[in-house]
Amino acid sequence: MPLSFLKATRYDEMADAQGVPRPHWRALLERLGRMDATAARRSIELTRRLIVDNGVTYNVYADPQGADRPWDLDPLPLLVGADEWRGIEAGVAQRATLLDALLRDLYGPQRLLAEGLAPTELAFGHPNFLWPCVGVKPRGGRWLHVYAADLARAPDGRWWVLGDRAQAPSGAGYALENREILEQVLPDACRDLRVRRVRDVFDGLRERVLGAIEESGSPLAVILTPGPFNETYFEHAFLARQLGWPLVEGSDLTVRDTTVYLKTLGGLRRVHAILRRLDDDFCDPLELRSDSALGVAGLLAAVRAGRVTLANALGSGVLESAGWLGFMPGLCARLLDEALRLPSVATWWCGERPALSHVLANLDRLVIKPAYPNQRFEPVFGYQLDGAARERLVARLKARPYAFVAQEYIALSQAPMWRSAPTSGFARRALTIRVYAIAGADGYRVMPGGLARVAHEGTIDVVSTQRGGGSKDIWVLDDAPVTPGAPRGAGPAAAVARPDELPSRLVENLFWLGRYAVRCDDKARLLRSTLGLQVDASAFGHALGVCRALGAVAPATDPAAALRDVADATGLAADVRRLAWSASQVRSRLSERYWRTVVGLQRQLQESAASIENPREALERLLVALAAMRGFASEDMTRDEGWRLMRLGRRIERLQSVATLLALQLESAAATRPRELEWLLDVFDSVVAYRARFTGAPQLRSLLALLLTEHAHPSSVYFQMAGIGAELSSLDESLGSGPESVLHGSLPVPTETQLEAVERDDGAGAAERSRIAAQLRGLAAGAGALSDALSRRYFTHTDSQLQSLAS
Amino acid sequence: MQYRIRHETVYDYQSDVAHAHHLLHLVPRPAPFQRCLEHAVSISPASVSRREEVDAFGNPVTRIEIATTHRRLDVTSEMQVEVHPRPVLRAADSNPWELCRARLDFDGLSPSHEVLEARRFRHESPHVRIKQQFVDYAADAFAPQRPLLEGAVALMSRLHGDITYAPGETSVATPTTEVLSRRRGVCQDFAHVMIACLRSRGLAARYVSGYLHSRPPARAPQTDSAAAAVAGDVRAAARDEARQRLVGHDASHAWVAVYAPPFGWVELDPTNGCHVGIDHVAIAWGRDFGDVSPLRGVIIGGGRHGLAVRVAVVPVTPS
Repeated sequence: MPLSFLKATRYDEMADAQGVPRPHWRALLERLGRMDATAARRSIELTRRLIVDNGVTYNVYADPQGADRPWDLDPLPLLVGADEWRGIEAGVAQRATLLDALLRDLYGPQRLLAEGLAPTELAFGHPNFLWPCVGVKPRGGRWLHVYAADLARAPDGRWWVLGDRAQAPSGAGYALENREILEQVLPDACRDLRVRRVRDVFDGLRERVLGAIEESGSPLAVILTPGPFNETYFEHAFLARQLGWPLVEGSDLTVRDTTVYLKTLGGLRRVHAILRRLDDDFCDPLELRSDSALGVAGLLAAVRAGRVTLANALGSGVLESAGWLGFMPGLCARLLDEALRLPSVATWWCGERPALSHVLANLDRLVIKPAYPNQRFEPVFGYQLDGAARERLVARLKARPYAFVAQEYIALSQAPMWRSAPTSGFARRALTIRVYAIAGADGYRVMPGGLARVAHEGTIDVVSTQRGGGSKDIWVLDDAPVTPGAPRGAGPAAAVARPDELPSRLVENLFWLGRYAVRCDDKARLLRSTLGLQVDASAFGHALGVCRALGAVAPATDPAAALRDVADATGLAADVRRLAWSASQVRSRLSERYWRTVVGLQRQLQESAASIENPREALERLLVALAAMRGFASEDMTRDEGWRLMRLGRRIERLQSVATLLALQLESAAATRPRELEWLLDVFDSVVAYRARFTGAPQLRSLLALLLTEHAHPSSVYFQMAGIGAELSSLDESLGSGPESVLHGSLPVPTETQLEAVERDDGAGAAERSRIAAQLRGLAAGAGALSDALSRRYFTHTDSQLQSLAS
Repeated sequence: MQYRIRHETVYDYQSDVAHAHHLLHLVPRPAPFQRCLEHAVSISPASVSRREEVDAFGNPVTRIEIATTHRRLDVTSEMQVEVHPRPVLRAADSNPWELCRARLDFDGLSPSHEVLEARRFRHESPHVRIKQQFVDYAADAFAPQRPLLEGAVALMSRLHGDITYAPGETSVATPTTEVLSRRRGVCQDFAHVMIACLRSRGLAARYVSGYLHSRPPARAPQTDSAAAAVAGDVRAAARDEARQRLVGHDASHAWVAVYAPPFGWVELDPTNGCHVGIDHVAIAWGRDFGDVSPLRGVIIGGGRHGLAVRVAVVPVTPS
């Protein structure tokens, strides 16, 4: 029984009631009208491809599809005219100012509570009202640095505030990424319509967050993330790259004598400001939630001492309750002496007796929501309840009225979507917009644009990214006269990461990225060469034995299946996953094309697992991708200590695999058989190098000369050892030497006589082969030991066990 | 009445602790009917930094940081406190509980300072949930229009009778709902359940931590060492040891204060089923244990650890 108010005509963003396009849409629509169906489809496909290529993801907890789900962007932007935007802009800036003042009072004198202008229930009852923060005065006197408002447009055409994001607002990074993609999909429209730039709003955020720093030297600001499992981790890494700030986790930071430090490769480095993407109650296990493993013990003491700036201040989460909405006009008058510019959606906080009576009498027209974020209560539409369910709700409201909020139902405005067949016009979807304000020296600056979030079905009025809705870019049209060479902000100053700003955890992941890249490379070549041997049963048997010994092929399976064997923990598929994981951990340090290759690598593996593609071709493609990553790493990455440790990781891994493979060959009954030797040369991509030096069928002695001691051959054991030595001494130079960082073991350098001997089939030949094999195994073990020593020296302090005590 | 109190907490760690932050609530707060004459907290090993502050609830708090590698932490608090007898209150003279609750609700008017203060202590807090089962449990005690203090005393007696004092069976992490269903716990649990029953009805109640002096020959009131609040087998062993050492001594204790106009805050000890009097010495109060735990900390390293807590409350004759 739909009620009459539900049928209210929705506002159409694009066209008026007569179906005539609104003036600010006309230019875009004319342009789109000139596109044929193919061009339109191409735009949609380009958008999807750019999202996948850029690795734009949104993690959904418990998503059976896996941790990362591609971001959903409609290529058609939401247009907002210049005049209309001025109203939104002023309203959002005012609201940020108001909320900042509200926080100042709630964590300070609490006058508003004493005057009865704000209910204590909403402050003291809120799980994010942090008592240890009462009395704290943040450096610079600013509580709210980054704020976001969720707005919706009612049928009357006005924008209303649905909710406030004051904790650690997400989505701004996605908004920037959306714009980057649309600038490629609709470049001409973007330019000709004079769409305002969104990126500039972040310029100088560093300076503003850092405020007036008394200390000399270059102040350090970091982004604190809960880690890659967070649903918006993509955005954390994206912002880190955009702002040029290190992306850190709680365990990367430590507090010593009320000062926050970043654990870096070069030791502890003072941190002056933290842009947090971690909820405030998780930020300090000493004073806040003691069960938090994500925070930094002593952080609050550092804030209290005025030694570090947090954006946003700890405790700002208390504002995230719909209960506050109804009090905003009164608070605005009291705190700012102004009228509230942007109205909130009509909201009744049930803690007031008259409000509760109103809500109970008008349940059919209202949406009931929890007042506190930790309540287990999904928003419910009153009209959808009947009989027992309705009685239960009424009983709950009466038992604990202050824990509930009722909001008037708003029929959200609709915007056109490009996703359906363009020939049959646009589909329409309900939407809300998220608008961002960033604190500046003289008030708040509002990002001209933002994130439009779209419901996943046409007339659904619940918009949620977690529930599978999509997004749109917001284009704010500029009507200011064109000024030649519009000034671009100064940009993030001094974005160059200094070597001593490299977080140890990041460097550790770079090291492992190097190791996994080589491990994937080695296993892929091993499988590829082995698959090529299938016509020769005896050589194939030997190769398969080596593959199994190295874990590249699981017992009772064959090399053709190895690529698809996702269950095998030592298999190639698992190593590609580890490679991608390490890469995701250092995402903020990788170039765009490097990251795209990693994303493509994973996708390719998923696809080939599902397809019947020839496994050899799949492996060759994998090898090309790995070669590209190698190239990007050497072309695109800053050659700092992190890069050096990544190279060291590569060399150590390669040394282990070359030494082990050669040892296996030497220990095998087929040690001197030409077919097997040729296979081994193929595994090392050394067939050409061999032929350039030696003629005739492959011989073990010549192969050893090439793969053991040849200085110029990049697959040789010597080459790996020389590389390790060079990287170690250059690390010692920059970071001070450590006695433990040396490679134990020595290069087997067989004499002419010994080389003669290895070819023999008798006992003396076998003895000589196993002597060299033992030396090689010692070297492989030495490489492993060096890896552990490096971990101890540079990384281990990052995973020291933290414990919380209470007695 | 004057007491000399010594409260010693010792952590023995299996491996080195490289760095430690601790938060102590070991200095008596200003409180009605008691006066602190002197106090001192000594800490070994020496801390690199030590700050004496006052928290948002008015409790003295000591923050320390230890930067030297250590295997043992020894924190000893000593104090001399004077406690005065409280006037006997006629429970029947307190306001009906519904009226008290209504006075705590927001009404758009400016509340008195006292009411504003009481409103801090009527909501959920990390260790105290608000649940219908707590409302139901206390339904008999809070008949309509019953004077609040009568109801609170009845609730306290009921809890004292229903819940068995059982050291070592619960920890700081045991939810109040579980304590109520299993009916076993220590003083902390008695206090948390009683607070949950009061707050679930919309009343204001706070958690008070302190010490209790038990006088022979009367049956020794039940107290518990905070050691009982820690889980883990190694720790359990250490705790058993600690408890044996505690024979004949008193231990750290916890009780409840309920806001009962017109009397203001009235303190009740549900573990012993009695009013708080000259045997009780308050150290700190807050919403629940988490706000006032005597020693809280985050350490790097340490491995498994043993914990021993010793408390001695000795009456002294003022000279």
